[in-house]
Amino acid sequence: MTGGRTAGSARRGRPELYTSYEADSALLNTRPKRVAVLLIVALAVIVPFLLTDNVLLILATAFVASIGAIGLNLVTGYAGQVSLGHAFFLGLGAFTGAVLSGDPDGRTVGLGMQLLVWLPAAGLVAAAAGLLVAPFAVRLRGLYLAIVTLGLVFLGEHLFREMQFITGGVGVGRPGPVPELFGFRFDQAGEVLGVMLTRNQKMYYLMFVLLLIMAVAGRNIARSAIGRAFAAVRDRDIAAEVIGVPLTKYKALAFTISSFYAGIAGALLYTVIGVIEPGSFNLLMSVQYIAMVLIGGVATISGSIMGAVFITLLPRITREVPKFLPFISGGATGGGILNVFQLEAILYGLLIIGFLIFEPRGLYGIWIRTRNYWKGWPFSY
Amino acid sequence: MTDFLQALISGLGVGSIYALLAVGFVIIYKSMQVISFAQPALLVTGAVMVSYLRFDFGLNFWIALPLAMVLTALLALVIERLALRPMIGKPVFVVAIITIGVDIAVRVVVNRFIGLGARQVGDPWGLTIRRLGAVVVQERYLWMMLITAVVVSLLFAFFKYSRVGLAMRAAAFDQETALAQGISVGQVFALSWAIAGALAALAGTLAGTRAGIDQQTWVLGLKALPAIILGGLDSVGGAVVGGLAVGVVEAMVSRYQGAYFPWLGQNFSLVSPYVLMLIVLMIRPYGLFGTPEVERV
Repeated sequence: MTGGRTAGSARRGRPELYTSYEADSALLNTRPKRVAVLLIVALAVIVPFLLTDNVLLILATAFVASIGAIGLNLVTGYAGQVSLGHAFFLGLGAFTGAVLSGDPDGRTVGLGMQLLVWLPAAGLVAAAAGLLVAPFAVRLRGLYLAIVTLGLVFLGEHLFREMQFITGGVGVGRPGPVPELFGFRFDQAGEVLGVMLTRNQKMYYLMFVLLLIMAVAGRNIARSAIGRAFAAVRDRDIAAEVIGVPLTKYKALAFTISSFYAGIAGALLYTVIGVIEPGSFNLLMSVQYIAMVLIGGVATISGSIMGAVFITLLPRITREVPKFLPFISGGATGGGILNVFQLEAILYGLLIIGFLIFEPRGLYGIWIRTRNYWKGWPFSY
Repeated sequence: MTDFLQALISGLGVGSIYALLAVGFVIIYKSMQVISFAQPALLVTGAVMVSYLRFDFGLNFWIALPLAMVLTALLALVIERLALRPMIGKPVFVVAIITIGVDIAVRVVVNRFIGLGARQVGDPWGLTIRRLGAVVVQERYLWMMLITAVVVSLLFAFFKYSRVGLAMRAAAFDQETALAQGISVGQVFALSWAIAGALAALAGTLAGTRAGIDQQTWVLGLKALPAIILGGLDSVGGAVVGGLAVGVVEAMVSRYQGAYFPWLGQNFSLVSPYVLMLIVLMIRPYGLFGTPEVERV
């Protein structure tokens, strides 16, 4: 990684002097980035011993949601192809994972395979479906495409409702995928390397490692030739084609990669939650992922993760609100002006509106502004 | 044959609701080049207002309906002013997402007023049935067609003959040139939202006849999307045709699919508009009456 850099003596005092493209577009191209990533990873590794199981489960869910959000950001943020159909691909992944790993003697179809098989398969099945959407993406753009992908969500909901031997039917559902790797169960408490871990601690570590892999992969896609082609397509698709970016190929690729991420995230999400309800892959789920991308930061990987963590923690935060605001009721049926679930839904809406109007770059943008402020402090620039 | 005609009439009835909604979508699209995903929220808002005006204030249905349309138009104006106007010049996708946010927020509040069960809108037709020869139809479908026909004709006349309508067409054609001619494009935006809001309120009320409205009624608002795609995003006439087509296809599928294609599953009719939309888009990417986009680099 240091290949393109000049010798130490020439760089002294000029840490951001790059003499090659490789060094400039490296994964961790500045020292603060290297230190910060190391610190965050270290923190994430010790966190399971500091927090309660309850919170760990939410964090594990947030990590999985991050994978899905990165996927959506690749197609919508980097490649500029608006997709409201993310829920459909999440659903495909979830059910593929559940079918492959499920109990062969259960009420719904199951093949009893292990994590190493079902996880890639979940991604691949969703990716194949993403490839099928590509012809529409090539022919349409903008809002026409958004509506087509919206239609996909409704068709998917119908499909999941009807295929009861796979999905278990609306309101009933089926067990989620079983995270079993060569006989090791991530969903049961047990001893690992001499340390006793609970189910949620194991889940947390599994999801964290997978997120790390998928995030680095996503970052690599974004900073490579593929990512640059995506950006060209996003900024002006005809101009991109004129300068030699094959439009069909890259639009198809964007949807395929994004759906792969969605499939993986879908399967993992219901590994954490435990039960898949076929009615949950609706428009609201798609909007949640759109919200993660927009609130986190369009066309950034770290922003996707921030957005996903924020949106996943939102219900937990709103649950604390009734303690401070007496007119918000805690229960589903209580009095007051709103209950917490309604408050949560309204917050989704208002946060999306607020971020788009006031900080279009999302949480990532807030971070950039804070960073730039302190970079020049106490001077204004 | 009787079956077919009955399905056709109920399809045209429901289709005229879609047509009203679709015209609202198209009017907003033509003025701002944005699809408003807030239409479903305005639809339920209007219907709930009729319901409350009718039962809690004891107004006549024919007074409550126009009043609710005006109130919903006002709400649409407020939404446009607060959430949409600051976004002028931003990418259309971003603006569309904002309308999704508006939709979610408004619907939560409206759901609070609907409550858990269904709320009647207190229409004068109820269960009344008409016999036209051997064909038995619900009277409400005939009213839906009539009301839609009148409203849409008035709108066409408005766009064609009034000064404001002309201004709206000019702004839709070219905003900058319209501005240069002294047309307030901002007012055109506001007016298009108000019209779309009123149409949504009307559509919602018509949809709530007989069975009432509940927390799931809003999904109907999204059925108008296949209709506008079918007709082409920027064609008001296309929206009417698309809406009627979607209604008829839905009714026909629900009537005959069980007998001929049972493997498609129950309630396939509810998603059939989307299938129709996908097929049309593969053949004509800009709908039946839409203008193909010509881009220069």
